[in-house]
Amino acid sequence: MKPAIAQTVARTATRLALSSLALAAASAFAAGEPVIGLITKTETNPFFVKMKEGAEAEAKKLGAKLLTAAGKSDGDTAGQITALENMAAAGAKTILITASGDAISPTVRKLQAKGVQVIALDSPFAGADALFATDNYQAGVLVGQYARAALAGKPARIVTLDLLPGHPVGAQRHNGFMKGFGLPAADAKSNELSRDPAVVCMADSFGDRAKSQTAMENCLQKNPEINVVYTINEPAAAGAFNALKKAGKEKGVLILSVDGGCQGIKDAAAGMITATSQQYPLKMAALGVAAGVKYARDGQKSSGYTDTGVTLISARPVSGVDSKDINTGMDLCWGAK
Amino acid sequence: MNSTSRHIPWGALGPWLALLATCIFFTLQSDRFLTGENLSLVLQQVMVVGVLAIGQTLIILTAGIDLSCGMVMALGSVIMTKFAVNYGINPYLAIVCGLAVTTGFGLLNGLLVTRVKLPPFIVTLGTLNIAFAITQIYSGAQIIPNLPDAMTALGNTFSLGSTEVSLGTVTMIALYALAWFVLRDTAPGRHLYAVGNNAEAARLTGIRVDRVLVTVYALAGLFYGIAALLSVARTGVGDPNAGQTENLDAITAVVLGGTSLFGGRGIILGSLVGAVIVGVFRNGLTLMGVASVYQTLITGILVILAVAADQMSRKGPR
Repeated sequence: MKPAIAQTVARTATRLALSSLALAAASAFAAGEPVIGLITKTETNPFFVKMKEGAEAEAKKLGAKLLTAAGKSDGDTAGQITALENMAAAGAKTILITASGDAISPTVRKLQAKGVQVIALDSPFAGADALFATDNYQAGVLVGQYARAALAGKPARIVTLDLLPGHPVGAQRHNGFMKGFGLPAADAKSNELSRDPAVVCMADSFGDRAKSQTAMENCLQKNPEINVVYTINEPAAAGAFNALKKAGKEKGVLILSVDGGCQGIKDAAAGMITATSQQYPLKMAALGVAAGVKYARDGQKSSGYTDTGVTLISARPVSGVDSKDINTGMDLCWGAK
Repeated sequence: MNSTSRHIPWGALGPWLALLATCIFFTLQSDRFLTGENLSLVLQQVMVVGVLAIGQTLIILTAGIDLSCGMVMALGSVIMTKFAVNYGINPYLAIVCGLAVTTGFGLLNGLLVTRVKLPPFIVTLGTLNIAFAITQIYSGAQIIPNLPDAMTALGNTFSLGSTEVSLGTVTMIALYALAWFVLRDTAPGRHLYAVGNNAEAARLTGIRVDRVLVTVYALAGLFYGIAALLSVARTGVGDPNAGQTENLDAITAVVLGGTSLFGGRGIILGSLVGAVIVGVFRNGLTLMGVASVYQTLITGILVILAVAADQMSRKGPR
């Protein structure tokens, strides 16, 4: 009896959601507005929050209707597939998506066969019409080059705090760092993390502060003397700094990261992060919305890869490496200032 | 129970033996494992999940389950930190507010389970999403840094011989001792086991089953709030993105500790052992330089073994 009620409630709720999406899209059609969908990996990561804001602003500017959705967590491809289908059903002609994985590709192909343009933002996936993203490999290379120059010839004892196994962005940034540092590294297409004896500990942070702190603590137990810590993103860097500080080792360790969020730049200003590669989610979103409007108005699809840029930000410039200062970082940062 | 079938309680000893075996293994693999400093770290790393697991154990003992624990914890940590930092409220009062909110959520879960008579799995699946959404909306997906010292006090350590022990670890152990005592030696504890074993039979003996259940869920909420405070003390910030994997991590700790998911059987100290086993694997494998994906593999295998052991000791020699 009770499961049946739960089912009916769930069905009604889904119908209501679908019909409100359809109503929104229908009213957009009536007004001649292009309907564009944006699907992010999660609702929560400030990176995607900012991306959504950028998309909304650009949509308003260009006179388009924006539908948004997200997966439940990083890796929730099933949630993204559902959102893709719902948005196409609601009339979206272009869908922008930060893919949680290639599992969405079959659904994307189905939609493309019906004339829907599907553009990848930030994270590539197989079969996207176009990609507007940070060159994550280059982001890694920049902080790797900085670390090498800052060490000035001292023997390196490196810890890498990565994302999670098999994640393309995690692999690109890690391998880019290795390349920039001058260690043997896989190329940008690889999903495997390169290893080297100079990297004394590799652990997964899941991009989470507490888990990154745990990973750094365990690595410090393994090798107390380290001088370089590469982290996948700024929350991970914050967790690593906490662990180093508790162990009394925060001075004399270079902490590198990627993201350029406003909280991260503040952390860099406070000395918690030595250098970070800043990326531009707002730009990705704006380009994506513009591409959607172009397709709706001219019928012209976008293609290929557009690099939305990455800038090295540091409070401590190092000779031989080009970086911008904290003020520039704060001006361009994403998130709450 | 037939006294001739009184055998060694493997169900209760199992987790301890597993922990012992694991520690011996890692001691042999790395000379950095069995040091006071390292073990103290492991306890600090598991204290948040450990305290969540206390509330989760109480609920699972009643044959329920709580999928919302991690998200309720995140909500509690955002409430207490935002109140202290953004509104300048006295930190102790802010902590109490956080605890009140998490206890309130627990109460909500309990009322939905007993009054509206919805299955705990469904109820907490719903409140998991509600708590998550409220946390994101209220915090604007931003962390809350620059906390007053009182709020991070449980992260401080004191010296025990040559080892630094964290106040948070001591808190976790004290809470487990308290829960163990109440469950073993008091009437409410016995009522809880009775309800988990057979709710109808418990009702017929005069136990107020609904009241026991509501109390258990609310009390679990209080523990989630304490876990929130420990999380804040450890990371030094209020983090709306905390607790996402802790929902299942807490259940894993309870299962590894030998508590039956069918209710009525289990020892609360087992959940502490379960949480510590996961932490020990994570620490030991890192010390050995093994990739972290193997931790996940091993945790999965351990969970299957633990549930299988529970099933086998249920059937027992006849």
